[in-house]
This record gives sequence, C-alpha cells and structure tokens, in this order.
Amino acid sequence: MSINPFDEIALEEALRIKENGDAVEVVIVSIGPDDSQQQLRTGLAMGADRAILIKHDGEIEPLTVAKALSEIVEDENPGLIMMGKQAIDDDSSQTGQILAQLCDIPQATFASKVSIQGEKATVVREIDQGLETLEIDLPAIITTDLRLNEPRYVKLPDIMKAKKKVLDVIESGELKTDFSSSIEVINVTPPPPRESGVMVNDVEELVVALKEKGLLS
Amino acid sequence: MTKILVIAEHFDGEILSATSKTVNCASQISESIDILVLGDDSAVASQATTIDAVSNVLSISNEAFGYPVSSIMAPVVAEISSEYDYILLPSSTFGKDLAPRISAILDVNQVTDIMSVEEPRIFKRPIYAGNAIQTIKIAEGKKVLGTVRTASFKELGNSNSANLIETEMPSVDIPSHTRFIKIESEKTERPDLQVASIVISGGRGVGSAENFELLYQLADKLGASVGASRAAVDAGFVPNDMQVGQTGKIIAPDLYFAIGISGAIQHIAGIKDAGTIVAVNKDADAPIFEIADIGIVADLFEFIPQLTSKLD
Repeated sequence: MSINPFDEIALEEALRIKENGDAVEVVIVSIGPDDSQQQLRTGLAMGADRAILIKHDGEIEPLTVAKALSEIVEDENPGLIMMGKQAIDDDSSQTGQILAQLCDIPQATFASKVSIQGEKATVVREIDQGLETLEIDLPAIITTDLRLNEPRYVKLPDIMKAKKKVLDVIESGELKTDFSSSIEVINVTPPPPRESGVMVNDVEELVVALKEKGLLS
Repeated sequence: MTKILVIAEHFDGEILSATSKTVNCASQISESIDILVLGDDSAVASQATTIDAVSNVLSISNEAFGYPVSSIMAPVVAEISSEYDYILLPSSTFGKDLAPRISAILDVNQVTDIMSVEEPRIFKRPIYAGNAIQTIKIAEGKKVLGTVRTASFKELGNSNSANLIETEMPSVDIPSHTRFIKIESEKTERPDLQVASIVISGGRGVGSAENFELLYQLADKLGASVGASRAAVDAGFVPNDMQVGQTGKIIAPDLYFAIGISGAIQHIAGIKDAGTIVAVNKDADAPIFEIADIGIVADLFEFIPQLTSKLD
C-alpha cells in the first residue's frame, strides 16, 4: 500500500512550509494496523521529522478517527494540521472537518494554494462554483486537493535516514476515544455494469444513432 | 412521523438544484420535510418554498450568512436540528465542507454520498471512486446525518407553496476565525453542468484553451454545457469548476460527449449516471470506449466541425 495521494500532497505542502521557515517541525500521524508503519516510513523519507502511529485493527469511522486524532492534537499542539481531502477507499471526505470542529479551529478544505503569513493563512479552495479564497487564523486545518503541489520523489539515502527517525506507536486502547460505530456495513457489491456499446464509423452514423435514441431532433 | 431537515445550498441569490435533489432523496424516507435556508435575507428562502414535497422552509437571515462559511453555519444547523431525526445536505463541496462539522457537534456518524434509500436506515453509497457500492445501516435510535449524491436523484417539480417560517437566529457562538476574501467564478451563458441535459467534455487531446472554442461552438448549437477532464484543467485549458469526475463534478446528463478524454477511472466515476455516453478519441484502445454507449475513433479536430455543421 502507498500513501493516499491526497495525504502525500498534504505532507509535501507541510514540508514546503517548513523549508520556507514557517514551521519548525513536521510530525506525521496515521491510524491503522501495524503495516501502516510502512507508509509512515515513506513519509519520514520524504522529510517529516517524526511519526506517530495509532495502532488499530479493523474498520474505523471518520468520526472515530477524528476523535483519536484530537487526542494527539491536544498533546502535540500543532500550529497547522494538513490532511488529504478524502480517503481513497471509503471516499468519505469527513475527518479533517470533524477534527477542526472538535478542536474548535478553522478549516479550509479542498485547498489548491496555501500561503502562511505569521498567525494567519490564506487558502485558495477548489469549490463547485470556482476558486474561493479564505483567510483563516492559525492553528487551523487545511485539507488538500490534487492541484496544490507535486510531491517530491524519495531518494534512497533518505530512505536509509528515515529508518533512524522516531516512530512512536500508540495502541488505540490507550486513548480515551471509543472505537465503536453506529454504522454497520451490510455488504459491498460491484456497481451495476453499463450495457456494452456500439462503434460508429463517422459523424453521419453517429447522428443517426442519436436520433434513434431520441437524443437529437 | 420521522422529521427530516434539508440544508439548502444557494449561491449568488439562487437556490441550487442540488437542494431539490436532496429533497427528492428525503422524500423517499418520510413525508415530513423541512428546508433550512441560512442567508443574509429571506429572498432565497422564498424560492425554496416552491420545491415539491417540502412542508416548511425555515429561514434564518443574518449578515453572518452573507457567504457560506461552514464553521459559522455548523453550530446554527446543529441547534436547529435538535427537532429532527434526519439532517441531509447535498454532497457538493458546500455539503462536504459543512456536514462533518455538524457530525462533530452532534456526535453522530455521517454517511457521505447517499445514492439510494433501500430502507429508511439503509443506504447505498459508492466507494473506491465508484468502483464498488457499499450498503450501510445506521443503528436505530441514532440521528441520521448524510450527504446526498445529487447525480443519483432527479430535481423535483416547483409547484409547491410551502410555509415560509422566519426563524430566529439561535444564540450560539459565531466564530470570527474564518474570513471570506473572494470567489473567482467563470460567468457563462451556458447551462450549469449539474443541470444540463447535454454535456460536452474535452480532455488533454483538445490541446489548448483556444481549441476549447470548438467545444463551445458545438455546445451552443446543442444548448449543452461544457466540462473537462482533470488533465485539461491541470493543463490550464479551462478553470477548475468545469472539471467532471470524482474530484470534480459528478453529473447525470441525458447525453454526454467525452472528446479527447482517455477515460481514467476518476473521470468515469463522474459520468456513470449519464444516459448515453458518446466517446470520441483517435486512440481506438482508449479505456473510455469500454464504458461508452457509442464510440467513434476520429480526430476531434475533424469530428467536432463536422458534427457542428451537421446540426445547422
């Protein structure tokens, strides 16, 4: 498994903010089974300073993830939290916003441009109506969209260095968060297939086919 | 009776079709549906009273709602929702930004992208960019909070006259930590992507912003809206609000033209509900042909002018 591409962009942005002198440390956090250490090592190789894994096996709802993360936020007191805008398995797009509300801090989701000015950030967001600009006080949560940046490639020496960086593992049972859920997954099925289509040879045939379907008059 | 509250999405003084589609989803759960409109005056709320199946439109007018900011709206919605069993929002960038903050305040799990109502507490939703469908059940006795995948529900009629109830702003703390600066929005005479019955999208193959003019001309002949693949937006041919796909807009037109679009799964996730998909690509092996209803292997620079002139 590789890092969720949205999260990779979030980490890249955090590293750039640090390189720009606007942050002193980049800590990466994940929640999941022991295997997730591998993605955290990749993040450390990209340039994060240290990592925390909340070890938990099994499905977790975004609300639970956010609650668990809020305990880490309480300990670490970050000036800025960067996250991908959504997971790429359950596609929920909730955790960042829930965490923002739990911590009572601003959020700027779907970011395509971030600039930090002292205790404030200006964020351009990709929304359905176009490009929205928000100014938010820090600390805040920014969730990232695909056009924010192009994540760096990890070089071999960095992978070696990453092995020496600190990766703390916290068992989910050590947290106060209740990991139960009120949502039960009944089943997962393939989507209904689309009927197979036809090929036409030219514009003439296309127009005929569309007229037959009543789509052109 | 089960009471449902739908949070209206509006922009620039207009109620968006996403609101009506969300009400449609709600109408498959219960007959008691109210809409909450947060705005700086009640003009938008009066538009919502015409949406079929709605009982009451609650309008809270406050200058804080001059532009939708989720951290400002969430505590107000949470307060109003105490009377309701279900809270539904459209699964647009508006709803996706706002709903989870409500989830946090109410401490209820949220369902994203409801695509069908199987039973009042059982819903289907797409996962893995629409490559699988998950059926989920919300435990009895819990409030249901969900965002509705608008491409899965049709807009309702506008022959209603629901009660317009001017509602007092609840006494909640309005944070000042988030300030709206500006919105850059393309003004177009063409129909909205989410509403248009015909959509013509261009991809990387279109080659430049200037070449998109060909698509605009064809669109104007057909009364169509124009969309784009992520590649075309990334290349700077068109602005982000034209992007169709998993991370752009998910649409369900009657007729969709994919022109010079190879057909990445993220793009296909945005058009799966289209009635008829026409794919035009000079690469006969492009994956878009696997899901197209009608395919044509052609050079788009020859195809588009030919089709445009055919429609004269």
